Amino acid sequence: MNADLLFYLFAALTCGGALGVVITQNIVRMAFWLILSLGSVSALFFLLGADFIGAAQLLIYVGGTVVLLVFGVMLTASGPYLQIKTSAADGLLGACVGGLLLFVLISTVCGLEWSELPGHQNSIGAVAEGIEGSTLRPLGLAFLGLRPDRATPGDETSGKLATGYLLPFEIISVHLLVVLIGAAYLARAKRRTVSDDHGLS
Amino acid sequence: MNGLFAAISFREFLDERGFSPLWALLIAALIHALILINLFAVLPLFYIWLERKVAGRIQDRLGPTRVGGKFGWLQTLADGIKLIQKEDLAPGASDKWMFRIAPYLAVVASFAAFMVLPFSDGWVAVTLDVGVFIILALMSLEVLGIIFAGYSSGSKWALFGAMREAAQMVSYEIPMALCALVPLVVAGTLNFGELGRMQSGLIHNWLIFHDPFTFIAFFTYFTVATASVKRAPFDLAEAESELVAGFHTEYSGLRWSFFFMAEYASMFAVSGIAVLLFLGGWHTGIDLESGFGDLRGWQPDFIVPGFTLGNYLANLFGAKVFILKACVLVFVQIWVRWTLPRLRIDQVMTTCLKYLVPISCVLFLGAILWPLLLASTLKRTTILEQSPPTGRALISERRTMPETRPVPAVAVRSPQEVAE
Repeated sequence: MNADLLFYLFAALTCGGALGVVITQNIVRMAFWLILSLGSVSALFFLLGADFIGAAQLLIYVGGTVVLLVFGVMLTASGPYLQIKTSAADGLLGACVGGLLLFVLISTVCGLEWSELPGHQNSIGAVAEGIEGSTLRPLGLAFLGLRPDRATPGDETSGKLATGYLLPFEIISVHLLVVLIGAAYLARAKRRTVSDDHGLS
Repeated sequence: MNGLFAAISFREFLDERGFSPLWALLIAALIHALILINLFAVLPLFYIWLERKVAGRIQDRLGPTRVGGKFGWLQTLADGIKLIQKEDLAPGASDKWMFRIAPYLAVVASFAAFMVLPFSDGWVAVTLDVGVFIILALMSLEVLGIIFAGYSSGSKWALFGAMREAAQMVSYEIPMALCALVPLVVAGTLNFGELGRMQSGLIHNWLIFHDPFTFIAFFTYFTVATASVKRAPFDLAEAESELVAGFHTEYSGLRWSFFFMAEYASMFAVSGIAVLLFLGGWHTGIDLESGFGDLRGWQPDFIVPGFTLGNYLANLFGAKVFILKACVLVFVQIWVRWTLPRLRIDQVMTTCLKYLVPISCVLFLGAILWPLLLASTLKRTTILEQSPPTGRALISERRTMPETRPVPAVAVRSPQEVAE
């Protein structure tokens, strides 16, 4: 019941923040509402016992993306308080896309038979009260290919290391590093040769 | 909630007294929050006094001497009363709504870090397996309040300060996380409680003395942490000599003091992280704790049945050791501020991107390769014979404890068994 109350509180904050982003026209105030919305999403993750994802949400989206967004606005804005006016056509287009997404989500949620899903016994309340514990250790073990939750009694292979996600993860992270270095290389200050600047003078 | 470690005991206590579960949770959470808010407010009071005293002594002055007796103990309190009385101004050119809300953002982010910071064995508001990760995430949010403050002030000085702060914070987060990873690689856990527990015993069990890389990582971390809480020589966001007062130029009164509460509390928080990661947490390092073995179990059923007074006393001692260690580190930050000249902004960025990031990358690599090197030369993974219990050992110890939840039918086999 407590967890339900907290869930509704943070769900309301998430939706309210998202609405604030859409309604307000000042771009930095939008960033504030975005912080509220994304921070509440991370609180929802914590309520579900997904500590790691909650922390990652805070670090990457609230601490990283929003800071970069505000930083970009401050560097590029021409006036003191940049206003964004959306035209009616843009609003219509956005409403269409948003409505379609909402339709897909609602039809999926209504179409699922929730009681037949494997994880349903652990209701939100049970996880939140600490019976199931945090998902961090299972996540870490699954990364290395250990899936004790999938083990079936009597199966010889079930205790062995399966294919984990470690190698794909490493490959992606190296890719991202390459992209970062490439971006820094492209954006670096160009070394000017003498002939370009002062050759004619 | 998975966390609220100590709150659960409060909650159980209130439950037994006939409170409904919701009220028990709310009251317990409120008490915890109040204790932390008190700490959060009192620490800056003390540090601001300390800063004035130390600055005075370094500059061959006396510092505050009048308010509250010989040493000027109550100077900060008097300042606080003065600040509350001041008019709450917002400049005409400012975005008033953002201007008013920005100090709260900074304070909330800084205060949230205290939520997962343990002061002693089990004395923590929320126990999380990802404690170190989330505290770094929460500390990185403080910059948002500062950026908003600078942007909404409608003043070019404030905007310059905020932009510098944003650039500085975004860059310094990288070496900070990398330096924090070095002891974590040794420890094998992100849980602050386990980190503290494994550094018990004599001083060589502290992670700073584990290998040369953690030793250097401590000093690198401390430099980066000083920069990340925007203390001199990295306080470019406020740089009085160039930017009037930087991001808080337009602020006055209580809102202004909120920024300083956040700053001094963050100084304590980063120092506390350093103490937990490198300097033995709440342990003295001379193995006084082994003498507490009997004390910890002492349970005279005093006032509340189930409340172990011995544990409480041992934890109180631990908390004092922890706060003392963190205060020493804060003192060093103050000392550095009043003796080193401020860097230029390009020098700050150069220090981070060209020196601190490569250094921390090398330290991280070294910390990973160190056990391999030792294993290939000495045939063991630590220098000393008596190795401190690592995180993995602690985890397996915890696994062997009786568990309430059903054990999976097929137990996880160790890699050696799999190889066979």
